[in-house]
Amino acid sequence: MAAQEFTMRVWRGDAAGGAFKDYRVPAGEGMVVLDVIHAIQATHAGDLAVRWNCKAGKCGSCSAEINGKPRLMCMTRMSSLNTSEPITVAPMKTFPLIRDLVTDVSFNFEMAKRVPAFKPKPKEADGTYRMQQEDIDRVQEFHKCIECFLCQDVCHVIRDHAENKQHFAGPRLFVRYAALEMHPLDTNDRRELLKEKMGLGFCNITKCCTEVCPEHIKITDNAIIPLKERVVDEFYDPLARLWRKLTGKGS
Amino acid sequence: MANGDKYESHEYDVIVIGAGGAGLRAAIEASAQGVKTALICKSLLGKAHTVMAEGGIAAAMGNVYPEDNWKVHFRDTMRGGKLLNNWRMAQIHAQEAPARVLELEEWGALFDRTRDGRILQRDFGGHRYARLAHVGDRTGLEMIRTLQQHAVHKGIDVYMECTMARLLKDGDKVCGAFGYWRESGRFVAFNSKAVVLATGGGGKAWKITSNSWEYTGDGIAMAMEAGADLIDMEMVQFHPTGMVWPPSVRGILVTEGVRGDGGTLKNSQGKRFMFNYIPEFFKAETAETEKEADAWYEDKKNRRTPDLLPRDEVARAINAEVKAGRGTLHGGVFLDIASRRSAEYIQKRLPSMYHQFKELAGVDITKKPMEVGPTCHYFMGGVRVDADTTATTVPGLFAAGEVAAGLHGANRLGGNSLSDLLVFGRRAGLYAAEYAKKFSGRIAVSTDQLGGIAQELLAPFNSKGGENPYAIHMELQDCMQNLVGIIRTESELKKALGEIGRFRERLSRISVEGNRQYNPGWHLALDLRTMLAVAEVCTLSALERKESRGGHTREDYPSTDPNLGKVNLVTRKINGALKVSPEPRPEMPDELKKLLEEQM
Repeated sequence: MAAQEFTMRVWRGDAAGGAFKDYRVPAGEGMVVLDVIHAIQATHAGDLAVRWNCKAGKCGSCSAEINGKPRLMCMTRMSSLNTSEPITVAPMKTFPLIRDLVTDVSFNFEMAKRVPAFKPKPKEADGTYRMQQEDIDRVQEFHKCIECFLCQDVCHVIRDHAENKQHFAGPRLFVRYAALEMHPLDTNDRRELLKEKMGLGFCNITKCCTEVCPEHIKITDNAIIPLKERVVDEFYDPLARLWRKLTGKGS
Repeated sequence: MANGDKYESHEYDVIVIGAGGAGLRAAIEASAQGVKTALICKSLLGKAHTVMAEGGIAAAMGNVYPEDNWKVHFRDTMRGGKLLNNWRMAQIHAQEAPARVLELEEWGALFDRTRDGRILQRDFGGHRYARLAHVGDRTGLEMIRTLQQHAVHKGIDVYMECTMARLLKDGDKVCGAFGYWRESGRFVAFNSKAVVLATGGGGKAWKITSNSWEYTGDGIAMAMEAGADLIDMEMVQFHPTGMVWPPSVRGILVTEGVRGDGGTLKNSQGKRFMFNYIPEFFKAETAETEKEADAWYEDKKNRRTPDLLPRDEVARAINAEVKAGRGTLHGGVFLDIASRRSAEYIQKRLPSMYHQFKELAGVDITKKPMEVGPTCHYFMGGVRVDADTTATTVPGLFAAGEVAAGLHGANRLGGNSLSDLLVFGRRAGLYAAEYAKKFSGRIAVSTDQLGGIAQELLAPFNSKGGENPYAIHMELQDCMQNLVGIIRTESELKKALGEIGRFRERLSRISVEGNRQYNPGWHLALDLRTMLAVAEVCTLSALERKESRGGHTREDYPSTDPNLGKVNLVTRKINGALKVSPEPRPEMPDELKKLLEEQM
């Protein structure tokens, strides 16, 4: 039996400081956490800051930590939580706080600027490209990313060590690199950059990112590990290097 | 800094307001033309409405049906729009869409493939052939991400979470925009030779809607205040299939791709009711039996299933079934693909629908039908533009995408929006850049002009009237839903005008709490102003169009009036007063008229 009221414990504050504040709102059928936040805005705290757009798990705007877990507020149904206790809603910890549930995620956009662009090979004679579905399936998995940055939020390399942000792209960007590296048409090579500047080696495959991905992208298994293998093949495999030297062929 | 250093300010050749598909494509093009370009958006980059688009991009590439070509696409678009479309826009759109899709592929997009490795195309409502390039049911995400990444690599300046509140003018010309950073609440002015509006529609003024908080009609209201003409503002599309249950998800979009991929609508008696709602206009091209309808999916020699009639027809049919007592418990109808396609096929073709219903409604769509009903989705009306250049009636102001009007006439076909964004987004960027290059002289913005706007924007903090923006918004949504919805009538429209007037009066007494830093209450108070403007224009125009056509259905004028098919309803703000007047539409050349008459 659902509670007649939900008690929400929402972080209120800005960079200077803040505290959790309790709000009680009437329960409704099928409500998700974002609905409850909206109800709080409408009736208790008109200035409660929160990002959202699609309310259907497609845009990745409403990321937060719900009872300590990084999740999308629009896809977390209240009925999936233990509402006999207050539900805690906090901003993502890895990013600097702007206000209430809104954080400064510009780190991700800055890192995106540093990704070497897609560089396609020449087109077929008819001016188009041919690709087989099975050759793009794995890249399409990466293109499902909605940039909610929950994987970045949970990644301990930057969550506990802000200083690593200088030289660690993070899971979201590794998914992006993997999408480009495995794109059947792309001709750029980003392996040295990944090894030297993007901190691929820092990831010790604890798979926390995969666990929180709302799109169920197998970030560690399908993106990060294959990238690591490509870097190893390029820089640490003496036989492969010799072979390339002799034949002049890339890997 | 200009403006006596009072406000942060930036100078550009071209600014683009809005960073969905049209805005991104416009900025990419303007920048490629070598002019200094800025892209300004209310949300973070990549979160605009385009990201929610599901089904696909309509483009007559002929990859699945070689018989397809621009002429068929043109005809489908015009007929879907009940011939109220701007013929030239429909022609350009149909001709240029394939190249725009291929260009996305060149920039890294990965569409689903045919067996021979080309871009796969899917069936959609009102389209003669399978025509929509797609990626499962998340085509918009692929499109916006591709454009976003391309724009970032081109080094275009992006101003995120920055809301533009007013256009700036120098004499009769537009010369920039003024607004605020959402994060800090601080004001910012952009001085520019040309401005491209790509701000989308205003569906957030309705209660049951697929639109997000951003869709508050900013561009339409700003353009009108700057003196631009609006046309056909009564034409609002209610998408036939939004979620209806549970209440918290009501209105969230269910892609037409469900029907494109074989799903069918049923009433509570299990009947495929669409066969009872085939209008005369589409009789010749629509299947009359379930057998023929089902055969159409495989062989286009059969006629199209009525489940895929244009959206206005299907939305009205669902509305009628529910009113007749044949709806579901929650006031919708059933959309069934579970009994018609394999679970594997459904999960492959419609992964995000599967996910959405499973997570939000607890329904497994591979086993059970969905419950769906109409949801406010799209504005066909908007800012009047020149078909070739996207120039509005105000010098220096261009508009593309949903904010602009003309292409879709009285009803937009599914899939024609994403292609619209690409085709006319590019043209807006191109012609805005050309205008900026030819521009001679200086842009002059008076500090007084800015100071006056700033004062207006801060008013909600100073008022002690006690009106709550959230409460007014909810009441406005109820008003538009109940009185300016799918079926309209004079008495209700007049009642709506009265209510809108009272909301406006209350808006002057609005009070917001907190400070200027990331304050959604304040932002909503400001957005209410544009929502009310758009609601009023829509209602006035709906009163004026005394006929039923496309997205506009009048209970008191149920038939289509051929004379009203010859005009656009133009709204202008003159000396503070709104005036709606019919003006003749551009005459179509004979060779295009012939295309419409042919049975293809």
